[in-house]
Amino acid sequence: MSTPTQERTTGPRMDHELDHLRGVVPSPVRPAPPHLSLMVLGGAVLATLLLHLALGRSLVLSVVIGYLLYVVGVNVAYRLTAGARVATDHTMRALIYGAFVLAIIPLISLLWTVVENGGATALNPDFLQQTMNGVTGVHDKAYVEDGAPMVGGAYHAIIGTLIITGIAALISIPVGLFTAIYLVEYGGLNRLSRAIRFLVDVMTGIPSIVAGLFAFALFGVLFGVGTKNGVAGAVALSVLMIPTVVRNSEEMLRIVPNELREAALALGVPKWRTIAKVVLPTAASGLASGITLAIARVIGETAPLLVAVGFTRVLNVNPADGPMNNLALYAYYMFTRPLNPGYRDPSIERAWAAAVLLVICVIALNLLARLIAKFFAPKTGS
Amino acid sequence: MSETITRAPRRSGPARRVGDVVFSGTSRASALLILVILAGVAIFLTVEALPVFTSGSADITGGEGFFSYVWPLVAGTVIASIIAMVVATPIAVGIALFVSHYASRRIGQTIGFVVDLLAAVPSVVFGMWGMQVFAPKLVPFFGWLEDNLGFLPFFADGSATGRTLLTAALVLAVMILPIITSVSREVFVQTPRLHEEAALALGATKWEMIRTAVIPFGTPGVIGGTMLGLGRALGETMAVAIILSPGPFTWNLIGTGNKTIPSEIALNFPEAAGLRLSELIAAGLVLFALTLAVNLIARWIVDRRSEFSGAN
Amino acid sequence: MEKSDMSKRIDINDLNIFYGAFHAVKDVTMAIEPKTVTAFIGPSGCGKSTFLRTLNRMHEVIPGARVEGEVSIDGRNLYGRGVDPVDVRREVGMVFQRPNPFPTMSIKENVLAGVRLNSKRLSSGAADELAERSLRGANLWNEVKDRLDKPGSSLSGGQQQRLCIARAIAVQPQVLLMDEPCSALDPISTLAIEDLINELKSDYTVVIVTHNMQQAARVSDRTGFFNLEATGQPGQLVEFDDTQRIFNNPAQQATEDYISGRFG
Repeated sequence: MSTPTQERTTGPRMDHELDHLRGVVPSPVRPAPPHLSLMVLGGAVLATLLLHLALGRSLVLSVVIGYLLYVVGVNVAYRLTAGARVATDHTMRALIYGAFVLAIIPLISLLWTVVENGGATALNPDFLQQTMNGVTGVHDKAYVEDGAPMVGGAYHAIIGTLIITGIAALISIPVGLFTAIYLVEYGGLNRLSRAIRFLVDVMTGIPSIVAGLFAFALFGVLFGVGTKNGVAGAVALSVLMIPTVVRNSEEMLRIVPNELREAALALGVPKWRTIAKVVLPTAASGLASGITLAIARVIGETAPLLVAVGFTRVLNVNPADGPMNNLALYAYYMFTRPLNPGYRDPSIERAWAAAVLLVICVIALNLLARLIAKFFAPKTGS
Repeated sequence: MSETITRAPRRSGPARRVGDVVFSGTSRASALLILVILAGVAIFLTVEALPVFTSGSADITGGEGFFSYVWPLVAGTVIASIIAMVVATPIAVGIALFVSHYASRRIGQTIGFVVDLLAAVPSVVFGMWGMQVFAPKLVPFFGWLEDNLGFLPFFADGSATGRTLLTAALVLAVMILPIITSVSREVFVQTPRLHEEAALALGATKWEMIRTAVIPFGTPGVIGGTMLGLGRALGETMAVAIILSPGPFTWNLIGTGNKTIPSEIALNFPEAAGLRLSELIAAGLVLFALTLAVNLIARWIVDRRSEFSGAN
Repeated sequence: MEKSDMSKRIDINDLNIFYGAFHAVKDVTMAIEPKTVTAFIGPSGCGKSTFLRTLNRMHEVIPGARVEGEVSIDGRNLYGRGVDPVDVRREVGMVFQRPNPFPTMSIKENVLAGVRLNSKRLSSGAADELAERSLRGANLWNEVKDRLDKPGSSLSGGQQQRLCIARAIAVQPQVLLMDEPCSALDPISTLAIEDLINELKSDYTVVIVTHNMQQAARVSDRTGFFNLEATGQPGQLVEFDDTQRIFNNPAQQATEDYISGRFG
């Protein structure tokens, strides 16, 4: 192997043979001044402040421009001192950090809006205990003009949420769980299993409103066109819940080590008992966590219920008889069809209050799912 | 002499216990139920939608037949969803990379939690926020677009309320961000350490390592996640229904007007009857076909690339 | 043209390695002569791989890892002020325990991966020449010359490891580090790699960590024995000498015990 000789140069950067090969244009990496990025950041922050305070541009615009200045500045600064490769590295780092910040902003804005607009009302016991039965636009007008207390609440919606989601869970959990059991314990790789897995994937893609249309159509065929009631809504939600439960359960069951099953079978335990007494308990925390998340997913669904359940203002605890209300529907109707179009604020307040309750429910369920997964997981050896 | 009693061999091995039969039967039945449900969705929707195809064109809303009724809806749905996907994907990939390769574990878990929160918020709440808070904030931006890019048909005439297709698309982007982020993150985190170290040992900067080892490994997953996000956006109803102020189709994205299939159904279903009902259900069927196609393509892409993806 | 013998000499002075507060390896001082093969042996967890990785600053991949002391190649301290680890890794290449060709790249692209990272432009002529040269240097050219465009993962384990060696030497390093390069390979591939190491030492300084004492005896000129006093204590270099001496007449009792299999 013959390579050209080269003079050894001194300096912090090592001279390297690759740079001297014919046909290779090196892209060097040189040391950069320390804290260069911080200096550029300082400059960008100064520019932002200048734009906003001195030149009066809006805060949002100033921050955006400041950020862009930082990205460009970092690129140029490093390109001049340390080389193109280091410049690219820092630029991408700046963009990636920026993406994260960008995603947080809507979330913060949203949570803030929800709490600000609906927090007080949601905590009001009257709101939680009254329905909208008998409440009219006159009451709202009185509230706005005369300072009368706000009348009308979401009690019927809360109960409706519990009933409809409860029935949906009652349907989806057994079906989903047993399907997962079939896939993992009995079916393996046979044709039915492959078809089922494929179809479950298809099912996860069903738009929620289509699930509602399905339930509506099903009940229309079975019970007459236009049948809208709580059970229909629960069926629609089940169509959405089942694939989530199946997929999560399948994964949790798969994680259970085969050795456990084999040990039980070798002791003469029948297969069904092995599953029921060994596999399921081992996977229990993961299963419970997944089911909780599935419930969280459907508790806020509005579209399918719009279609399959209809609307009512009064409390209806019979899911088989006529429309019911639920928190999501309640929020939607209050927001888009205020009781008194001339005095919209009370209805909007009620809508946000319902939104607060929904968001609390959903966050609580998510936290619960995480806790279950963490604290009830079978203790593995370290 | 020995007498051997021969027995006819059993068809299956050990005696079938009742428990086994019941258990395995229930499992199998549940699995079959999935088939039934899916078939049911297709069948029942088609049945209810049939009147649309048998009645005359003049009877359909708009007076010119189902196709001319539904294509503006499809256009609106697709445009909004594609914008959402295009906006959300780079940001989602950025966050996923941040969590998988730049942030410490603690911060990564916090971000994971935050992203889950975003995913958990019900769409009706997104719609309310979009209309009450986000849309008005966008109005000056629309004004800027109209002033500077108004020669493009997309930005011809800025709306004063902000309740436009572009607003809806941006809210959709926020809503589908979590699913793309979590799928991408899961895949980036699984990049084999060995390949990352190989890149670093060759003298790669951090970004070059990501470009060489992480992104090629994760690309099929990211594409799958993006398509999942697209599917979600296509089917998203409430946020769009609340934000949009409905009107006929227009290329002007920052003006009022435009509808999507889900929002059209949601807004009109409660009071619909007869043929109108069938129309809406038929539109729902079209939507279902659309999302089905997107999901199938997503699977195909992911499966096709997995041989060269290093998943082996 | 021969390179001067002053180059590629590695001097390590009072090197101490820490993971956060944990003192992993202490007080290593040694000199590695150019164009030799040096092997590090010792029981699991004694720090030999950790130490190897400080020679190309790969330990820094783990957050909280740091060193005190000096590692100099050709008189230049790798840990000097302003030295970018990226630069160091061009000089000191590494081959890992398990072969890791990039799965989405072809064989040729794999070989050139490091070169492409380090250069703005690579003419196709130079690319072909460099690929062939590196593959020949790794004794792999004849087996793959007709299928350079096939994916890197389509090769057998032993071939993949030689591909990784080709990839490492394509960057023209001065030093080649090998972290148990044969432990994932079958015996025949292992012998092929050992033969290759013997050839590589005419152009590179090779440092190899191995669990296999016989391999160290076969392949290396000098051997360093690392050991732990007790679990939780930092690992240290117990003895460093010509391979013949270490295996036939070690100076330290601990070395003798390890060689004869009394522990490890």
